[in-house]
Amino acid sequence: MENMVNIYLFGKQYSVPASLTIMKAMEYAGYQLVRGCGCRNGFCGACATIYRIKGEQELKTCLACQTQVQDNMYIATLPFFPLIKQIYDINNIPTTQAVMMQLYPEIYACVGCNACTKACTQKLNVMQYIAYAQRGEFEKCAEESFDCVMCGVCSSRCPAGISHPQVGMLARRINGKYLQPKTQHLEDRVKEINNGDFKAFLDELMAMSDEQMQEKYNNRDIEK
Amino acid sequence: MYTNEEMLASIKKVEANRAANAALEPERMTAEQKDEVLKTYHPDYIESEFEELKIGPNKGEKVPHQLADLLQANSRIDPSKIDLDNPKYDVDVLIIGGGGAGSSAAIEAHNGGANVMIVTKLRIGDANTMMAEGGIQAADKPNDSPAIHYVDVYGGGHFKGKHELVAKLVNDAPDCIKWLNELGVEFDKEPDGTMVTTHGGGTSRKRMHACKDYSGAEIMKTLRDEVLNRQIPVVDFTAAVELILDDQGKAAGAVLMNMETKEIMVAKAKTVIIATGGAGRLHYQGFPTSNHYGATADGLVLAYRAGAKLLYADSLQYHPTGAAFPEQIFGALVTEKVRSLGAKLVNVDGEVFMHPLETRDICASSIIRECKARGKGISTGDGEGIWLDTPMIELKNGEGTIEKRIPAMLRMFMEYGIDIRKEPILIYPTLHYQNGGIDISVDGMSGIENLYVAGEAVGGIHGRNRLMGNSLLDVIVFGRNAGRSVAAKYKDVTVGKLTLDHVNKFAEEQKAAGIVTDIVSPKLLPDYARKAN
Repeated sequence: MENMVNIYLFGKQYSVPASLTIMKAMEYAGYQLVRGCGCRNGFCGACATIYRIKGEQELKTCLACQTQVQDNMYIATLPFFPLIKQIYDINNIPTTQAVMMQLYPEIYACVGCNACTKACTQKLNVMQYIAYAQRGEFEKCAEESFDCVMCGVCSSRCPAGISHPQVGMLARRINGKYLQPKTQHLEDRVKEINNGDFKAFLDELMAMSDEQMQEKYNNRDIEK
Repeated sequence: MYTNEEMLASIKKVEANRAANAALEPERMTAEQKDEVLKTYHPDYIESEFEELKIGPNKGEKVPHQLADLLQANSRIDPSKIDLDNPKYDVDVLIIGGGGAGSSAAIEAHNGGANVMIVTKLRIGDANTMMAEGGIQAADKPNDSPAIHYVDVYGGGHFKGKHELVAKLVNDAPDCIKWLNELGVEFDKEPDGTMVTTHGGGTSRKRMHACKDYSGAEIMKTLRDEVLNRQIPVVDFTAAVELILDDQGKAAGAVLMNMETKEIMVAKAKTVIIATGGAGRLHYQGFPTSNHYGATADGLVLAYRAGAKLLYADSLQYHPTGAAFPEQIFGALVTEKVRSLGAKLVNVDGEVFMHPLETRDICASSIIRECKARGKGISTGDGEGIWLDTPMIELKNGEGTIEKRIPAMLRMFMEYGIDIRKEPILIYPTLHYQNGGIDISVDGMSGIENLYVAGEAVGGIHGRNRLMGNSLLDVIVFGRNAGRSVAAKYKDVTVGKLTLDHVNKFAEEQKAAGIVTDIVSPKLLPDYARKAN
C-alpha cells in the first residue's frame, strides 16, 4: 500500500501518494493542466505555487514541479502574475544607473522588508540584486539574478510593487551586451567567414563520398 | 538522500575507485564497436516499436507507433464549419511556436519589415530551448574551423545529414553567437573576453559555449525579452490545429484554437513558419522524457496533413543521462556538461565502462547494455541506473567548480538531499530529441510553397544523431534563416482563395486505406490526468 498524504488543492481535499511532486499530485487528483505547467523541470517558472502547512503560520512558495507534497498542505497555484515589463531598445539605452531610474523607478521605493528573498523559488538573494540595480552595479545584479526563472512570486509579495524579474532581466542584458569583455576571437572568426575564407573547405567536404567522409571522421584528431 | 543499502554499498566502491577512475583516459570505441552496440541496444533498432505509414507523403516509411497514430489521425475540425472568409488575423508572417526558433525567426522577420505574429499553445518561452542546459557549439577558436565542425556533425549523425543544411549550421554558428551576445546573452568568458569552451560528446574541438548550465534559459529569456521589446504580437494559449492553404496549394495561414475556451479562429498569412519543436511527450517506447510539457510533434502532424514530406521521422535521441533517482525527477535532464567537466560513468562495481564523451546514441546504448546485458546497473526500485560520478569534477577542477559551472544540477538534486559535490548520481537514458522532422531546403522552406520550418521540427540537419550543443545552435541558425527568408519573400506573395480541402482529402485517403480511429491530432498536450476508474 502506497504511503498517502492529504493535500488541499484550492481548499479542496485530496488523498495523494506522498512521493509525488505538487504538479504530479494535481494530475493524480484528476487535473488536466493547461496553465501553470511548462517545462516540468524547474527552468520556466510556469508553476509558481503558494502553500501553507495546516497549523503553521508561514506562507511558503515553490515551483510545483520541483516540490514534493507534504501532509496537510494547502496549495494555490499562481499561473500568472502581472509583472511590469518596460519596453526599451537594447541598442539605445544608458548603461548606467540612469536606465533604472528611467524604466523601473519603483525599485527606489524598496522598503527593505526582504519578502522577495524569502519568497524566491530559486532561493536567490532577490533584495540584494535589487539593491545592486539601484546602485547601477549591473554586473553584480546580473550574477545574483542569473538563475531567475521569472515566476513572479517575489513580486507578488512586494509592498513596493517592484517587478524584480524584469529588473534582473534588464541588468543581465546590459551586462551581456555592454559590460562583459568583448570576444576578439569571435569577431575575427565572423570576419573570416564573411570573407569566404572557409567556403572552399566546406565545398570540398560537401562533395566527398560517404567513404571519404568516414575515413576522415574515424581518423580525426581530437583535442585533449 | 541515499538510504538504500545496495546503493550505499555500491557508492563505497565508487568512492574507493574515484581517484584512479578520474585519472583514467578510457579508450574510445572503434567504428565497428559503435555499430554493434547501436544495432543491439539502441531503441531506434527495435523493429517492433515501429510501423509503416499507410497514407500521406511518407507512405511506406517507418515511424514509431505513437507518431503513426497521430500522423494518420482525424482532424480536430470539420472544415465545412470554418469560416475562411473573415479571418480574425491577417499578417505577413505567422509563426507557430514561441520557443527559440520561433522567437529568432520573429526578430529577423521583424527586422525585414514584415508584420509578424507568434501563436503558441502555452506561453512564449515554454519550450525545449528554455531547458537546454549544456551549451551551444560554434567553431570560433583559432584551433577550430567550420570545416572541422562539419566533420563532427556529419560523422556524429552517421553520414545522413543533408550536406547543405550541415554546412549552413556550421558556417553561421559564430555569427549566431555574436548575434546573441549583442542581444545581451551572457556567455561564460575569461577576464580577457575569451569564451570558456568545453567538449561535448563527439566533438573534436572544445567549442561548447555556455551560460553556466542555464544556457538555453539565458538565451530564451533574452530572445523573449527582445520579442516583447519589439512589441511583436504573441497570441499565447492558442494552438494551431490545422494549416490553411490557398487555391494554388500554397500555405496561407492556420486554424487556431484557444486552449482554454476552445474558441476557433482563423489566421490568414502570406507565409507561415512552423517552429513547434519536438516530441518527447509522446513517450516513445515508454521512455520518460527531458522535454517540456508541449513537446507533442504538432508541427509534423500539421505539415504532413497538408502534404509536406518528413525526413528521418524514425530517428530519436535518447539522452544518456536522464535522472534515474529520486523518482520525483525521473527522466529530467542531467546535462552532458557534467561529463564535459570530467564526471565519468561508473557501474555498480565502481568500474568505468566507457569513454564518457562518445556521441549520445553510443553512450545511451552502452548504458542500456551495461544494465540489461551485463547486469551491472544499480537498482532504483522501479528501474535501474548507472552512476555518474559528479565528485570527480571537483577532484579534477577544484572545489567550487560545480556551484560555478552547473548550479542548476546542484539545485535540482539538493532538493532531494543529494549533494552532487560529494555524492554520485544515478542516471539512465531519457527521450530527449527528435532527430527527424519536416524536410526543408536551405532557405528553410518545406515541400509546400510559403511553408517554412525551423528548430526541432526540421529533419535532416543532424542526420540520425545530434551532438550536444547543436540544437541550441540549430534553433538560432535556422530560426534566423527562416525569418530572413520570409522577410525576403512575403512582399511578392498574393494569397489566393483560402481552403481546407487538403483536410478533406486526407480524410478520404484515411478511409481508402481502411484506417478507423478515434484519435484526433495534433495532440497539443499529453494526458497525465489520472482517470477515476
